Amino acid sequence: MTIIKRGAVALAAGALSSLLAMPAFAEPVKFDFWFGLSGDLARVVDTMCKNFNESQKDYEVVCTSQGNYDATLQNTIAAFRAGKQPTVVQVYDVGTATMMLSGAYKPADKLMEENGYKIDYADYFPGIARYYATSKGEMLSFPFNSSTALMYWNKDAFAKIGKTEAPKTWEDVGADLKAMKDAGYECPMAINISANESWQLMEQFSALHNQPIATKNNGYDGLDARLEVNKTKFVQYVTDLKKWYDAGLIKIKSKDLGQDMVQAFATGTCQVILTSVGDHGTVGRTQKEGMNWDVAELPVYAGTERKNSLVGGASLWVLSGKSDAEYKGAAAFLNFIHDPKTALFWSSNTGYIPVTKSGFDFMKSSGFYDKAPYKGREVAIASLTASEPTEITRGIRLGNFTQIRAEFGTQMQAIFANKVSVQEGLDTLVKNGDAILDRFQQTYPGKTLP
Amino acid sequence: MEKRVTFSKWTIGILFAVPQLILIFTFFYWPAGQAVYWSLTLQQPWGGGNIWVGLDNFRSILSNADYWNSISASLVFAGISTGLAMFIALVLAALTDRQLAGSWLYRVVLIWPYGIAAPALALAFRFILAPEAGFMAVVNKVWPGVWDPGLDGADAMASIIVAFSWKYVGYNFIFFLAAFQAIPRSLIEAAAMDGSGVIRRFWDIQFPLITPTIFFLLVINITESFQDSFGIVDIMTAGGPANATNLMVYKIYSDGFKGLDYSGAAAQSIILMLLIIVLTIVQFRFIERRVHYR
Repeated sequence: MTIIKRGAVALAAGALSSLLAMPAFAEPVKFDFWFGLSGDLARVVDTMCKNFNESQKDYEVVCTSQGNYDATLQNTIAAFRAGKQPTVVQVYDVGTATMMLSGAYKPADKLMEENGYKIDYADYFPGIARYYATSKGEMLSFPFNSSTALMYWNKDAFAKIGKTEAPKTWEDVGADLKAMKDAGYECPMAINISANESWQLMEQFSALHNQPIATKNNGYDGLDARLEVNKTKFVQYVTDLKKWYDAGLIKIKSKDLGQDMVQAFATGTCQVILTSVGDHGTVGRTQKEGMNWDVAELPVYAGTERKNSLVGGASLWVLSGKSDAEYKGAAAFLNFIHDPKTALFWSSNTGYIPVTKSGFDFMKSSGFYDKAPYKGREVAIASLTASEPTEITRGIRLGNFTQIRAEFGTQMQAIFANKVSVQEGLDTLVKNGDAILDRFQQTYPGKTLP
Repeated sequence: MEKRVTFSKWTIGILFAVPQLILIFTFFYWPAGQAVYWSLTLQQPWGGGNIWVGLDNFRSILSNADYWNSISASLVFAGISTGLAMFIALVLAALTDRQLAGSWLYRVVLIWPYGIAAPALALAFRFILAPEAGFMAVVNKVWPGVWDPGLDGADAMASIIVAFSWKYVGYNFIFFLAAFQAIPRSLIEAAAMDGSGVIRRFWDIQFPLITPTIFFLLVINITESFQDSFGIVDIMTAGGPANATNLMVYKIYSDGFKGLDYSGAAAQSIILMLLIIVLTIVQFRFIERRVHYR
């Protein structure tokens, strides 16, 4: 009797509450998204978050910039250790190995499957997907902001030396730089040699020439991978760069010295730079009035069969230890980002490229690449898809790669300051880099990369 | 019979000390103990576990040439910047104390640099010392390539020393000025009447009387140059070029936070702590003997 009575009361209460809830909207499930972009890019992310929140009523993403990629990873680790991690976090490309061994994530492909979203993983450009996928091809995180390196060249300066096309080989680059110097250009080409430029100078160069950075297929096949950049074509490349620097054909430009290379190019001071397609917008906005410039794929040495370049940027990881409701929200959010329309919004407001073929096709068909200021950015897609990724051009899967990049900067500075020879510097880079890899392997005894 | 008021129960004393003890324990002993523990293990950054490795972390650090380079860079930085900051502050304070025209202004203005956060002042100095756009661009116009902190380690070291010294001149100045003003005027006036000049009076009267202050500032400056240099290095040189300005405290940061090598960074911070302790002991043991406390 009492049970029935109680049941009836509960039923009535339930009915009443659902009635009451009907007119008002249910409180949306909130979840956190931490990202590492700042300035203009952070504002674009914020707008994207707002668009997501307005597109549906069930979830609300709270997007917080942590300033930069390093800080995002550091803060996420600290938060994770304290049990206060965000649901979704943006982790940069070289943090992928660390994330994979962390045991702190929920695989992105499983998450989407569990929540009933069908993602066509074959739709991702293979050069992008494989950078973030496991060696078996599973997607543990979602590619987000993606770019690749391009050569920016000043058409006016090249016209002065009778060229209308960008050089395709490094041999041509050498000759063109010399010709520009002779034609009176103070700074034919600008580079910088800090940790950041490991990306375009070492990593992209090695991929384009199908040269390994490390053994074990750049680390994809095991934590016992070790560097080998001191015996690949990269040695010749550094030797040439140094030779051109000594001859005054290349100048070093960095923020610490007063002007970084993007500024040096945009103001017309320097005629060639190698940098991310992400800077395409910046150059367009800040360029000297009337300057003619374009982008081209990075050159290769004559006789090289060109391979795909590497993707740079970051992917979105979903962290473990969250509620099912938050995971539902995260899945909806990732699905929203995956949408071609979001890709168009994202790419037209930043310099980043679309990560899926359907996104790229959608943008192409809507005429995005036909006119300035976006014309030229399709070169990045051409560079990324120049070939089917090989075992080596899939990407780089090395532990503590940030430290190896720092070591790259250190040794390049030593080489360019004439403290050591090119070979000595690169040998030291390999020796110190191996010590970092050794330490990483020791920290994760008995673990293997997925 | 005891006449004085005493607290028979020593527990009351302990109780009074407890808040302080808790603070010290929470913010000093506990983290320091944790650092010692981490330095003896290999920590997985995400907290997935750790393994005991004994003194391996210390062994690998001490056998690393880069680390010794970092120690010597730190010592060079500490020595020169402390010397520079103290010498300039001493001269400025001595002049201000002589009530020269405008000394009231200096008294106020010279304190300001210490109030500026290290990263902000580093940013300012980065502009000032930039070889292509800053004041040093003028020097480079006259002698092309003479100033190149981007590739020349000595130039980069000079940059961070200048920035750090500039900040600590203000700090030292306050203490020196206070010390000078605490010297009884009568002593100096008496010496002046005996016919001794400014320099003579400084060496024979003022300098010996401010040695306690000099000693205090020496200890503080050296300690701070090991610890407070971080913001300046991070903004101005990021440890480069080729590790020339990779001071110990910056290396701890970059290995620990950028490289996620928490154990190696913990071991380095233990070594840094020991080094500062040893330096301070040396100063108290040998230099303090020459200090005359009144």
